[in-house]
Order: sequence, then C-alpha cells, then structure tokens
Amino acid sequence: MGLYKKYIGKYKYKAKIRNTFIAVILLCIAAVTLFPIYYMIVSSFGAPTEAGGASYSLIPKAFTLDSYKFFFDYSRYSVRWLFNSLVVAVTVTVCNVVFASLAGYAFAKMRFPGCKFFFFLLLVAMMVPYQVTQVPLYILVVNVLKLQDTYVALVAPTLVTCYNVFLAKQFFTSLPTSIIESAKIEGCSQPLIVWKIVMPLSKTILSVMAIMTFLGEWNTFFWPFLVCNSEAMQTIQVGLKNFSFANTTYFAPMMAGATISALPMFVLFFSLQRYFLEGVTVGAVKG
Amino acid sequence: MKAMNKAIKGRQSRKVFKKEMMWSYLFILVPLCTFTIFTLYPVLSAAITSFQKYRPLGSEWVRFDNYINTFKSNLFFKALKNTFVYSVITVPVSMLLSFSISIMIIPFRRKVQSAFKAAFYLPAIASGVALSFVWKWIYDPLPTGLLNSVLGVFGISNQNWLGSSKTAMASLIIMAVFAGLGQNIIIYIAALLGIDSTYYEAADIDGAGFFQKVRYVVWPMVKPTTVFLSITGVINGFQSFQNAYLMTGGGPDNATTMAGLLIFNRAFKYFEYGEACAQALLLAGIIAIFAVMQFKLSSSDVEY
Repeated sequence: MGLYKKYIGKYKYKAKIRNTFIAVILLCIAAVTLFPIYYMIVSSFGAPTEAGGASYSLIPKAFTLDSYKFFFDYSRYSVRWLFNSLVVAVTVTVCNVVFASLAGYAFAKMRFPGCKFFFFLLLVAMMVPYQVTQVPLYILVVNVLKLQDTYVALVAPTLVTCYNVFLAKQFFTSLPTSIIESAKIEGCSQPLIVWKIVMPLSKTILSVMAIMTFLGEWNTFFWPFLVCNSEAMQTIQVGLKNFSFANTTYFAPMMAGATISALPMFVLFFSLQRYFLEGVTVGAVKG
Repeated sequence: MKAMNKAIKGRQSRKVFKKEMMWSYLFILVPLCTFTIFTLYPVLSAAITSFQKYRPLGSEWVRFDNYINTFKSNLFFKALKNTFVYSVITVPVSMLLSFSISIMIIPFRRKVQSAFKAAFYLPAIASGVALSFVWKWIYDPLPTGLLNSVLGVFGISNQNWLGSSKTAMASLIIMAVFAGLGQNIIIYIAALLGIDSTYYEAADIDGAGFFQKVRYVVWPMVKPTTVFLSITGVINGFQSFQNAYLMTGGGPDNATTMAGLLIFNRAFKYFEYGEACAQALLLAGIIAIFAVMQFKLSSSDVEY
C-alpha cells in the first residue's frame, strides 16, 4: 500500500488511465522547463544574423553550421575561452577533492586542540553572503595583489570551499574508526591512511563532490566576469556575453557557443546521472 | 620495571599524539588559509571599508556616512522591497509546484522516475548566461516574440514583458521558478521515498482518500525538507543577481533592481566601495534575521 490506491484484478485499467493522465501533465510541464534548452540548440543551427533579422521559428527552417563557424571566427580567443574554463574547472575540482578530503578527515577522525573551533569557523564562513566579500576580495585580488587576468585570480577564491570540507567531514564521520585504528597499529602514516583507506571507501561522495564542483565552476559567471578584463583570459560564460551589445545581439552564434559549452555538461550528466542526482540531495535530506 | 614500561609507553604515545597533531594541522592548513584570505579577511575588511571612503592610496574615515547615505536613499529601500517581493513569491510558488510534481512522479517505475527527474533537472546544468539570453528572447516585446505570439493565439494583447515596470518583475519570477524547479523536485522525491508505507496503511485503515493522505501524512512527513528548502530558497533569493543583471539591468525604472544588483552597481559602476560594503553588511544582517525567523517559526512543530 502506498500513497496511490492500488487497483487489483479487472480494475487494473483504472490505474493505467490514472498514470497516463498524470504522465501527460508531467510531460507538459517538462516541455516548458526543457523548452529554453531546446530553443538554444535549435537556434544555434540558424543563420548568424543580427537580432533584427532573426526569425522565431520553433522548428529550424534551414540547417546550417554557419553560426558555429561564426562563433569560432568572431574572436581569436573563442577556443581559448573553452580552454580557460576547462583549466579553471579542472584545477578547482582536483584541489577541492584533495584538500577537502584531507581536512574533512582531520575534522572527522583526528583529535587536536582547536578542532571544534576551526570547524565552527568553516560553518560560519558558509553563511556569509557573497555580497559582503565581493568588494574586499576584488580590491585584494585586483588592486593589492595585481592578479587581474591570471589563472591564479580565477582559481584561488574557490580553491577549497567550506561547503566541500563540511560535506567530506559529514561523510567521513560515518566511516568505522576501527579500520583507521588498525591501520595505525600496522604503522600506516596519516597521509597514507587518507590515500589508501579513507578515499577508496568514499568514492561515491568524492565523485559527487567532484561533479558538483566541476559543474558549478564551469557555469560560474560572476567572479570571472569581475577579474577578467582581457578577452584572452575570459572563461566561456563571460565570453558568451561578448555576443550581446547594447542594442543588438548575435543570437545564433551566441547560442552556438552556449550549446558547445553545455554539451560536455550534458554528456557528463547523462553518463553520471546517479552522481548528479545524489549531489543535489546529499546536503539536504538527513538519513 | 612496570613503572619504566609505563613511562616509555606514555612517552611513545605522547610522541605519536604529537605527530598526529602535526598531521592534522597540516591537513586543515589549506582550507584554513583560503578561509583566512578569502572569507575572514574580506569580511573584516568590508566592516572597516563600510566606515571609509575608499581610495586606492589611503582611504578616508567618514564615520557613519555610508550607512546614513544608504538609509537616505530611496533606491536602497526599493531594492529591498523588490528583493523581498521576488523571494516571497518565487520560493512558495516553486516549492508548491515542485511538491505537486514530485507527488505526480512517485507512482511510476524507477526508470520513468529518473527520466522525469533528469528532464526537470537539465536546466540547472545548462549555463545560466545562455539561458538568460534565451529567456530574454522568449520575452521579446515585438508581436513576433515567442511568448507574445503564443499568448496572441488566446487573444491576449502584446506585452512589453521586460520593458514595462508592471511585468518585468513577474517575468523574472517566472523564469526563476522554472529554472529552480529541478533541484527542489529531486530533494522532495528523496524525502517522499523515505516515508514508511505503514503510515499509508494506517491512513487506509482510517479510510483516508488520496488528498487526505497528502494533507495529513505526506505534508507533515516532508515538513523538515520543506523548511530546509524554504530557508535556502530565501537565502538564495535575497542574493540573486545574475538574471536581473543580464536580462533587465535593474530597469525599467529600477523595477527589478534587487539588493544584489544594487550593491554590484554601487561598487563596480560608481566605485563607491564604502557604501557598497555598508549595504552588503546590512543585507547580510537582514538575511540572517530572515533565516532565524523562518527557522523559529517553522521549527515549532517540526519533529526531527
């Protein structure tokens, strides 16, 4: 027995009718939510005209790859934007997984003076809205350290986020302490314990962390937009904005770029769907 | 002999403990450094800068001027009002919608469930910049614009969606609701699947219908999830910046200027760093008050 009434025997057709009815409603809502993505892909195959000349057809009238060509010819850095995004996202992801699991292990399984205090600090840090830190951070990175238009400036603020440390700590706490104790008795050093025992036991949570961090970093707009002035150092999300001007937009080429940038994410999503969906619930549902 | 053994053991274990301590500090070193440089320092600096008029070489102390200017400006209160309206409408609408959708997804087989989950979650994966431009296109004010031509079929006259102060906020809200749906749905489904079937059986014995079960079994059971989603939703809503910046730029007539955008403009358009910091701190205070209030109000009858 569940939430829905179960029909048995000759009344089974009633359940079928009900489920079909529900499915139709769901499909209609899904059509609305998926529409922007559909439209992004469809219009990327349109001709690279300016906004005024574009048509609003929902079905592509003419299939051309001109907009993709336009996207790559538009700026000599078009490919570089994708590359920059990749460099930043990969660096941030690797650093987060490594440093967050080290720190998470320390907070979960090691006793040291100040353990609780430092963890409390990280918890508080998660609650600070970014508006508070954005101005001083910008002054620090751009005016004081003169790091504008460098990879360091793009990567550093999210090198290891408090949220990921928290996530790792939560999961590592549930690992049995006896395994770690016995490893210690065997003479295993602390870094080796993390590398050989803790990390292999937490593959799922670390994959979830890696995927969500990568996704977030790939799609981030605000910080790269602030610290990248030169076209050569922009990430793809900032680069896309170059196709829009005060009174006109190269819509089809912009959508071509957006499709290219979204494609790796979609491939990742469909091949690793389980991790993505787990990543959404991991911090939210207890138990 | 025994005493000596004990002494040696104690010294050894102390040595091991010391070594372990060293490692633990080493392990938390990097997060602690990034925290100090990229969170702690900026927060303190923001607090200091909010009392200054920022100049690259030697800022000038202006006492409470930044705060006074903020409270004097009508735009600040308008932005707060906009932020409030935006969050207070977006969050409940999005939650109610995602709650209903999750309940509708539940009766299907696992495979169908995850197909629907994927369909609703996909917009969260696509780049927000690209989607905001697609939505801008959907809201095109010309009669040939997508939404206008769809509504034209039903005889609804042409609207200047993002360009009129009457509809601009509603347009942003609709977009936010649809973009944020997927995450809530997935979390709700996880919560729904966690409800033990004995509760439904008991309700069946009491003769409860479908809607009664939803109201008296499901809704109370997922209340912790609802509380969590509403608090994070409001916190995120108060910080929203990107869509307003990319789609309307805060216009028309500041109808969509929200706190996040106001602070951004203060800082990076007018270079009033001090005032921006003052406003950001005020916003942080307001967010904290809201979060605590929500938690207090809703936790009174939640059983964890």
